[in-house]
Amino acid sequence: MLIKLPRSSDCKSSEITPESFYLSRRKLLGASLAGAALGALPRLGAAAEVSRYADVEAGSAPGWFSDKLGATRWQAVTVSGEAITPFKDATHYNNFYEFGPDKGDPAANAGSLKTEPWSLVVDGEVAKPGRYALEDFVKPYQLEERIYRLRCVEAWSMVIPWLGFPLAEVLKQVEPTSKARYIRFETLEDPKRMPGQRSGFALIDWPYVEGLRLDEAMNPLAILAVGMYGRELANQNGAPLRLVVPWKYGFKSIKSIVRISLVAEQPATTWQGLAPDEYGFYANVNPTVDHPRWTQARERRLPSGLFSPNVRDTLMFNGYADEVASLYTGLDLRKNY
Amino acid sequence: MRYPWLRLAIFVIGCLFPVWWLYEAAMGLLGPDPGKIMVDRLGLGALVFLLITLSMTPLQRLTGWAGWIVVRRQLGLWCFAYIVLHLTAYLVFILGLDWGQFGVELRKRPYIIVGALGFLGLLALAVTSNRYSQRRLGARWKKLHRLVYVILGLGLLHFLWIVRSDLKEWAVYAAIGVFLLVLRIPPVWRRVPRLVGRGRAA
Repeated sequence: MLIKLPRSSDCKSSEITPESFYLSRRKLLGASLAGAALGALPRLGAAAEVSRYADVEAGSAPGWFSDKLGATRWQAVTVSGEAITPFKDATHYNNFYEFGPDKGDPAANAGSLKTEPWSLVVDGEVAKPGRYALEDFVKPYQLEERIYRLRCVEAWSMVIPWLGFPLAEVLKQVEPTSKARYIRFETLEDPKRMPGQRSGFALIDWPYVEGLRLDEAMNPLAILAVGMYGRELANQNGAPLRLVVPWKYGFKSIKSIVRISLVAEQPATTWQGLAPDEYGFYANVNPTVDHPRWTQARERRLPSGLFSPNVRDTLMFNGYADEVASLYTGLDLRKNY
Repeated sequence: MRYPWLRLAIFVIGCLFPVWWLYEAAMGLLGPDPGKIMVDRLGLGALVFLLITLSMTPLQRLTGWAGWIVVRRQLGLWCFAYIVLHLTAYLVFILGLDWGQFGVELRKRPYIIVGALGFLGLLALAVTSNRYSQRRLGARWKKLHRLVYVILGLGLLHFLWIVRSDLKEWAVYAAIGVFLLVLRIPPVWRRVPRLVGRGRAA
């Protein structure tokens, strides 16, 4: 996949992320080649993945994840000319309101989330509804590494190497009926383990709900992720299963999914319900349509240091226009923000 | 000058926080988006200084100690200083010194407009906070400085409009602010007791 490079005039040298912050593309390629070579040896493969990205905290991957990791298609999708966000930042600067409203809350509180066992309901307008144990649900799919830009509606952004599989393949398996026009996702509701759900001041009506139009869900860029940075998802990043739709604002990429429903009507989604004039159902990254409270024309690419602020222009569809713009021909994106 | 040590202590505390935050940012302790954190902390710090400033008169009434009033002006000026830093950090870290965009924000975003009005109010109070202005303005000075109550309202509204999903933190500050305002309603104020030191020389 080709991603447009920004013009060289767009980037002042002071904005370039210091080298120590990221793994250079060359190193990454080298590491992945080494990984691939070692992966050819049946048992050594798992050990090689540890060093794929710098400073990645080792998790405690469930058995099914380790089993699948060996057959991963590394770097199935990459972004050129972009530095990958350090693991520490991607795991300690999160919005996951179930664990509190501050950026550091999810990392501090998500340890209480119990991701094993995990069960997932698929229902609604499908030929094959069912309740699955997560390991059975993911069994048919090969993991792919997708390095995507992530643009938050709050005007900050990161670049994250996800591990997951196309949502389209899941849809093929569950066979939507002819009535299915939308897909609806639901996050776990568990106030005992999710302190944010116990807050009397939270404006959110739990559980968190997100949705896509069926043709958006079928787009090859939309994935369900189970891992990141060569390991399983950290709890605060939406373990054990989350959506990733890189051309939409981050809040669309719902975390810790327990239910996937195919539905005929556009689902009522959380942020749209909370503030419909601020958050639309589509929520496509669009520099020309501002959030009522702040501009979406620019973004802070993290890490953005105090002495080297990394503010850059936001790209239409987060730089994925070639892949997804055709989904919205004839749609007024000012009205359908 | 009365209470020099108290004044100095407040001065040092006022300086200490931004210096400490800068140190944290330089050491990478504020995470990947230190600019945003600085903006938020400076704004909140200004609100805290404003609330402390507004507590001085009730405290003086309760305890009869004149020291509270002596440091009130400095505390108010710290509120102003933090707001100046807050605004600067916003321009540098959030807008990347894009002045055209700042013009757009000033016209389009209610919370920015409200914040800017609050800033102008504080500016007026800071400029007239010296003895010369007090003398020149006479009775009007007191009237002008009642603007501080409006500024508190603007500040709380500005804060409310950036809340995204959880009102708890805002509610705590708003409750304290409302309490300090309600205290000043004359019938309420008359009932505030003097707890200690009646008639102590001030």
